[in-house]
Amino acid sequence: MMKAKLNIIATLLVLFSTTAFALEHPDDHSHDHGEGQTMDLKTEIKQTIKHHLKDAHYFELYHGLAMPLPVIIWDNGIHLFMSSSFDHGHALANSKGNYYNLDHGKIYKTDSEGHVLDNQSIIDFSITKNVLVIILMCAFLLISFSKLARSYKKGPIPTGFGRILEPLVLFVRDDIAIPNIGEKHYKKYMSYLLTVFFFIWFLNLSGMMPLGINVTGSIVVTFSLALITYFITQFTANKNYWGHIFWMPGVPVPMKIILLPIELLGTIIKPFSLMIRLYANITAGHVVLMSLIGLIYAAQHWLANGAFFGLTLFLGVIELLVAFLQAYIFTMLTALYFGSAVEEHDDH
Amino acid sequence: MDAETFAMIGKGLIVIGAGLGIGKIGGSAMDAIARQPEATAKIQTAMIIAAALIEGIGFAALFA
Repeated sequence: MMKAKLNIIATLLVLFSTTAFALEHPDDHSHDHGEGQTMDLKTEIKQTIKHHLKDAHYFELYHGLAMPLPVIIWDNGIHLFMSSSFDHGHALANSKGNYYNLDHGKIYKTDSEGHVLDNQSIIDFSITKNVLVIILMCAFLLISFSKLARSYKKGPIPTGFGRILEPLVLFVRDDIAIPNIGEKHYKKYMSYLLTVFFFIWFLNLSGMMPLGINVTGSIVVTFSLALITYFITQFTANKNYWGHIFWMPGVPVPMKIILLPIELLGTIIKPFSLMIRLYANITAGHVVLMSLIGLIYAAQHWLANGAFFGLTLFLGVIELLVAFLQAYIFTMLTALYFGSAVEEHDDH
Repeated sequence: MDAETFAMIGKGLIVIGAGLGIGKIGGSAMDAIARQPEATAKIQTAMIIAAALIEGIGFAALFA
């Protein structure tokens, strides 16, 4: 009974997400093409997809219903105001005598007439849509996992949401950490592996919700995650790891010299591929889904509409699988790199 | 035929190569699982890692 209910809720979520994406009108792009001029469907779909993939200073819940977010700018002092002062790029924001303009999601410093000042550079620390989602997700993870931890004081079986989380934690420990890092060293990496697994997975899943969230499809986020993996790998590595990079044991000396730059480059390429893989998979998934939703609107015949609807639903379900798979692969490869950093060689 | 056209052709070739590679890994993993069903978990893990590494090359080609 409970399962059937969950199935219905999941199906409804997918259905709603399709409509919400498509209805999300590229509102703050309309001024580029002159007011009142209607775009043809193809450009509109293209722009909606482009708009969705980018970070924004608004949290758009629905067409015309956008939540303003705080803007924080460093420009010889902190300027703090809400993004609603931009009026979706139609107005200049005035803060402490300086004027700012929002154009295609980027903030420029302007004079009072709206002309962009070229020589003035500002640093944008704003709480954008992605930042807000990340903060909310951190709070969600913190609450749900501390609840899970507290529930072990009462008894061996967790209650509520913790019942879903416990097998996943065990999955990360038994199927990712221990086989790749080894019984001896896995414990000190568990906190990072669990964090990164649930962070990526839940953010991927939130990208499938009808709110138009696209955090893991932003290369800055995946870059930061890969950078943390890189630093942890390098700083916890033992002498065997460095030995294999700088002076590969068991090969002739000329070969050692050839291998040195390759191995050094390899330490960079590994986190780089982590970054690209997650970013590209999620971006590609969102583009394909939104293009199919666009096809529903572009198709002229009800039969084609139905077919594209079915295809969208199918790919939506596939994307739910991809959301898990990418979190799994990121965690798995991270564990693999950690394992190579602490591996102990007794003989060669 | 300008440089961009050749770049596009190159990207296509790399994607074909990556597809063939992942297909080969998947096929071999199927064979292995059919022969030793009790080693399914280990084979799947190795398969996913190898496929992910090839996929990385494919994406690097597409985004470079």
